[in-house]
Amino acid sequence: MTGPLVSIRNLSVSYRRDATSPSLRNIDLDIIAGERLAIIGESGSGKSTLALAIAGLLPSTATVDGAILWSGQPLLPRGGRDIGFVFQDASASLDPVMTVGRQIAEVARTHLGLGWAQAQHRALELLRRVRLPDPDTALGAYPHQLSGGQRQRVAIAAAIAAGPRLLIADEATSALDTIVQAEIVALIRQLVVEDGMALLFVSHDIALAAELADRIAVFRSGEMVELGTADAVIQAPGHAYTRKLLDAHIGLDAAPMIAQAGHGHV
Amino acid sequence: MRRLTRVPEALVGFGILSALAVMALAASMLFPGDPLAIKGAPLLPPFQDWSLPLGTDRLGRDVLAELFHGARTSLAVGIAAAAAAIAVGAVIGTLAGFAGGIVDEVLMRITDAFQTVPSFLLALAFVSVVGPSLTVVVIAIALSAWTGPARVARAEVLSIRERDFVAGARVIGMHPLEIALREVLPNAVPPVLALSSVIVASAILIEAALSFLGLGDPNRITWGGMIAEGRTVLRSAPFLSIVPGVALVLTVLGVYLAGEGVVEGTAVRKGLS
Amino acid sequence: MSEPLLAVSGLTKRFRRGGTTVTAADDISLFIAPGETLALAGPSGSGKSTIARLILRLIEPDAGRVDFEGGDFLALRGATLRTRRARLQMVFQDPLAALNPRATVARVLDDPMRIHGLASRGERPDRIAALLERVGLSPGLAGRHLHEISGGQRQRVAIARAIATKPSLIVLDEAVSALDVSVRGQILELLLDLQRTERIAYLFVSHDLGVVRAFAHRVILLEDGRIAEQGDARAVIDNPQSTIGKALVAAVPRLPRTQD
Repeated sequence: MTGPLVSIRNLSVSYRRDATSPSLRNIDLDIIAGERLAIIGESGSGKSTLALAIAGLLPSTATVDGAILWSGQPLLPRGGRDIGFVFQDASASLDPVMTVGRQIAEVARTHLGLGWAQAQHRALELLRRVRLPDPDTALGAYPHQLSGGQRQRVAIAAAIAAGPRLLIADEATSALDTIVQAEIVALIRQLVVEDGMALLFVSHDIALAAELADRIAVFRSGEMVELGTADAVIQAPGHAYTRKLLDAHIGLDAAPMIAQAGHGHV
Repeated sequence: MRRLTRVPEALVGFGILSALAVMALAASMLFPGDPLAIKGAPLLPPFQDWSLPLGTDRLGRDVLAELFHGARTSLAVGIAAAAAAIAVGAVIGTLAGFAGGIVDEVLMRITDAFQTVPSFLLALAFVSVVGPSLTVVVIAIALSAWTGPARVARAEVLSIRERDFVAGARVIGMHPLEIALREVLPNAVPPVLALSSVIVASAILIEAALSFLGLGDPNRITWGGMIAEGRTVLRSAPFLSIVPGVALVLTVLGVYLAGEGVVEGTAVRKGLS
Repeated sequence: MSEPLLAVSGLTKRFRRGGTTVTAADDISLFIAPGETLALAGPSGSGKSTIARLILRLIEPDAGRVDFEGGDFLALRGATLRTRRARLQMVFQDPLAALNPRATVARVLDDPMRIHGLASRGERPDRIAALLERVGLSPGLAGRHLHEISGGQRQRVAIARAIATKPSLIVLDEAVSALDVSVRGQILELLLDLQRTERIAYLFVSHDLGVVRAFAHRVILLEDGRIAEQGDARAVIDNPQSTIGKALVAAVPRLPRTQD
């Protein structure tokens, strides 16, 4: 059996040229082909930095130490081709003056060498797969004509258009309301299973991770404090910080914070 | 300010402008007396006589002295016109953006009217009618230059008006006038200031063109006037037009680079979590 | 029953977008009792934020009546409206966007006190220190700029500003949604503490049903500008009757915990 898809060895990243105040510190992590790995953390944890580092999207001024190996080789995957990236804000990742169909077709053309007609056909196919309502009309629509959830579906379609082996979703549902979030998460899960892609799901929501991921990594202040199967991390967390995050989560089963009824209203 | 020193455009631009400022300020010291006074033989080429490093013009006046005094006029007009245009434009734009409704409509139609007339022609017409003097030239240029700042200010205000911190100010009961002046205006000004280098540069060029056509202030030395003077002897003494021409180009370049440099240096850089 | 603090009836607002008319709020009626928390929840576009802003008169309604502390709130104008606003405050989702980005903590807290004449210039620094302590911040933060302090601290400052004028009702518009999970609970505890000691009612706009269930007394579920369901927060969320209620509850991610 082949080794992991991505091997991160002793990775440290700093956004400052003098490498002070690192955003990531000595990260060792493997991403296995086809697995769903969630990176959980609060602001400043470095989770987005990790996603960008793997995708090769860090600014050129960032200092990077350590290694990111792709199938055993130093990181040489082609963005868009081997790795698909979905950002939090779909409006920011879609070109506002290009139709949706054309943007997806471009990805297919560039990375798969398809002709225009084939690429358009693939774009339509993808819009159907991401369950965009009325895909034929959507092909010619501009991003601003779609809702937030629909734009995110388009972004996902563009991300998987070239058949990447790894899909990275960086807070991809954080800007969406609960119902749309649930739909997008279900969609992502279905797509990665159907295409055998590995999924790196970055989020601040540990419950979302628990529902979606096989394994969970917990980050704090640039360091990975816990890594394990989703079950193990949720039911029997090893690190105190993980326990703190779990306790702080206010779910539907949480104890009410207010005094019960009889508070003086009818 | 510190970041500005790391931007090459800013350094070159401000370097040129500082040299220009020094020229303008030192003009009377280095070249006392009337720059229009005859100093030597006419049409003396540059670098012949070291007391007249850039030679003399058709009447024997010191070209270098004229250049320095001309710098004053160009800078003065450029800055004054830009300041007037920005002040007037920013106020009108903010009023239009904040008031909305019929006030906005009326002010914008007036802005349209001024904007459709080519700026140079408007300046030309104004100076022809009122008569050439430095103040008139400044007003003439500002007459068309205010429309840019007005539109930018209005656009900024329209977007700022919807932002949560304006809503927050209303919720705590702040008076609309205080909101406009203390909360909205300071945040609307930076993009307007970004226009200033373009306005200064264009003002300097319009002034030069007006002087070239003989519509500048006749009592002042201007680079445009110098270029006009040199027209008749362009073949035999091209330096008379070339020297002020080069000065003009360098000045406009300096203003432009300085403006670009400021925009670069003050651009907000956001980090990532 | 004693008179409600806030009584809204028939509140309606329509927006023209493109060529069509969108009804953001459709004949909304609700009430809030003193010291109570009413949550407005629903999918995006359901109108919850719009309704909150209509009540605060940040947007003017097309129709309806808003009675606040026994008076017709919509009838107020100019200076009388501004004076009344002391009693009805708001905390926004993003404190950096909701407060002047150039402001210091002291100025943020100084403004409402100055506008409503609550303290003379000499007294204000002490009042500011007291407010900061009340929300769990060190008075030494007064001189700092907003972008120099953490997100949780900023939201505490926003809360301090909201309580500076001793309001009886505060609108919390997704006030904890942008905060880190570990900070969220503390801010909610602070809000509850203030509610108990100062008898402040809250209109809590949120998309997070878990928080709504734990924090609010009653909830109104909105869909397309209309009330789909309302009642006791736990009763509605534990057992939703409306389609949108069921969909919203089903969509909440669950943490499988074998806890007591």
